[in-house]
Amino acid sequence: MASALINVPATARRGDIIEIKTLMSHIMETGFRHTVTGEAIPRNIITNFTCRYNGDEVFRADLFPAFSANPFISFFTVATESGKFEFQWIGDNGFQETASASITVT
Amino acid sequence: MAESDRTTRRQFLATAGGAALGAVSLVHVGPVHATPDTMKAAIRDIVNGAAVRPGKVKLDVPPLVENGNTVPLTVTVTSPMSDADHVVSIHIFNEKNPQPNVGNFYISPRAGRAQIAMRIRLADTQTLTAIAKLSDGSFWSATADVVVTLAACTEEAT
Amino acid sequence: MKRLRNISLSLLAVIAFTSLIEAAEIAPGERRSGASFMSVETQAMQNDATANPGMLGVLDGEVLWTRKPAAGRACADCHGDASSMRGVAVRYPAFDDKLNRPVDLEQRVNLCRVDHQQLPPLADESRDLLALTALIGRQSQGMPIETGADSRLQAFIDKGRDAFMRRQGQLNLACTNCHDDNWDKRLAGSAITQAHPTGYPVYRLEWQGLGSLKRRLRNCMIGVRTQPYSADAPEMVELELYLMSRARGMASETPAVRP
Ligand code: HEC
Ligand code: HEC
Repeated sequence: MASALINVPATARRGDIIEIKTLMSHIMETGFRHTVTGEAIPRNIITNFTCRYNGDEVFRADLFPAFSANPFISFFTVATESGKFEFQWIGDNGFQETASASITVT
Repeated sequence: MAESDRTTRRQFLATAGGAALGAVSLVHVGPVHATPDTMKAAIRDIVNGAAVRPGKVKLDVPPLVENGNTVPLTVTVTSPMSDADHVVSIHIFNEKNPQPNVGNFYISPRAGRAQIAMRIRLADTQTLTAIAKLSDGSFWSATADVVVTLAACTEEAT
Repeated sequence: MKRLRNISLSLLAVIAFTSLIEAAEIAPGERRSGASFMSVETQAMQNDATANPGMLGVLDGEVLWTRKPAAGRACADCHGDASSMRGVAVRYPAFDDKLNRPVDLEQRVNLCRVDHQQLPPLADESRDLLALTALIGRQSQGMPIETGADSRLQAFIDKGRDAFMRRQGQLNLACTNCHDDNWDKRLAGSAITQAHPTGYPVYRLEWQGLGSLKRRLRNCMIGVRTQPYSADAPEMVELELYLMSRARGMASETPAVRP
């Protein structure tokens, strides 16, 4: 069970610059830690994040172990038309989660 | 004091998060960490020989953070964000985490505003660098110094 | 580790010394939430519900609230919408009629699991238990803490208060030495604070996740090098009860963020 907290304004005027905030639950295990017996704890992080707006990529990020657990990213985009934002997180061990949010642009 | 503080911070970041693993106790083995030199090398990989000029970029991070596990950071680049003149990407680096890269962010004129925010881990008191690539191929940068303090009453018994 | 430990030990020595002159308990008007000692950045993280990482636990809680067990009923089937829990968390720990003793919110949730859902109790500090208590706690966000109004609790509150005042551990420090007498000072970079449990479960940056008040108390017990109580020890509930009643009237912040 992985939860994502997405914040996109429900409505905006055409041309408004809107802020999008995303929070994804993930341990972000760095891969640099060891157990007392000396075994390396394998890296388990989210490596990529993308946001599409009605199908077009408007934001993309590469993440490294220096990102905090439960990664938070915020960014901006111009509200152009009503429709859907789709978010995707990809990571180690086949991690893949998606979320979406809709917006009405007037 | 500075020297031993550093060791402590590294150990601390290495053990932080152990709770998520339940009963597994954690120790940090080996001095694997980025240095100002590995950070320079990581920056070279991104800029590919181009000059990096100071300016246009603003790196906001609290000068004194309460816990290195979750440090809020905002990068803002002064840019009209038009088709002809905009920010293409933003890259963040650190000197003293185990690895020099923090994140790469790709934007376009559709962003409207060249500003991103995130939360990062800092293993130690150090300098951070943010670099922006503009649509004309130029690179601009800003740096910020962060002092990381140690949390009290943690789960480490010693 | 050595150097910093020396620093904190010498600070502790100062605390132990100055507290020979016992200060009074904190006057109601002087009480301050732990949030007010945090940096503006950490306060902003707590106050923005769209950026507070503790809200991920609340979201998980919403899923669990409506999840039907293989046999039996979901929390929602008996209790309705989670908003029916408004005002509940601010009364806990509360007196349980059947057990004839106080139970904290985690124990209350597990009573429902066992008595009403025929499910095994959720483990202490498990993700699901934290998620459900975060969801229930969130319903009372902003409401004043009421714990302790029930007179049957008084004897237990008194025991918790005794524990708070008692010197213990290798450092021979009582909770009160730090949290009543020295809350305006700092310890190895951290504000000591008044120890009001106004936001549990909290997202502690140190933990990189949600944790209960019991986990927080165990951290302070380890801090004074004493053997921490187990989660189900009656002493643990008494201490939680004293702390919550000591914060009576203060606003609930669940899910709070702490360093
Ligand atoms: C079969 C019905 C039933 C189910 C299912 C159930 N409960 Fe309860 N719950 C009760 C009853 C009845 C009480 C009142 C105390 C008692 O009699 O046990 C109660 C009391 C509570 C209380 C204390 C309320 C107060 O005002 O003090 C909480 C909190 C609670 N339940 C949470 C939960 C959670 C969380 C779940 C799901 C994991 C759940 N309950 C599932 C019937 C149920
Ligand atoms: C040596 C000083 C010291 C002693 C003794 C001590 N604590 Fe603490 N306590 C702290 C510090 C420092 C913090 C805050 C740490 C932080 O948040 O980084 C804290 C935090 C807390 C909190 C969290 C408050 C919040 O805002 O969420 C509680 C509750 C607490 N202590 C209870 C206790 C109890 C109960 C005892 C006795 C068993 C105790 N403490 C003993 C130093 C102490």
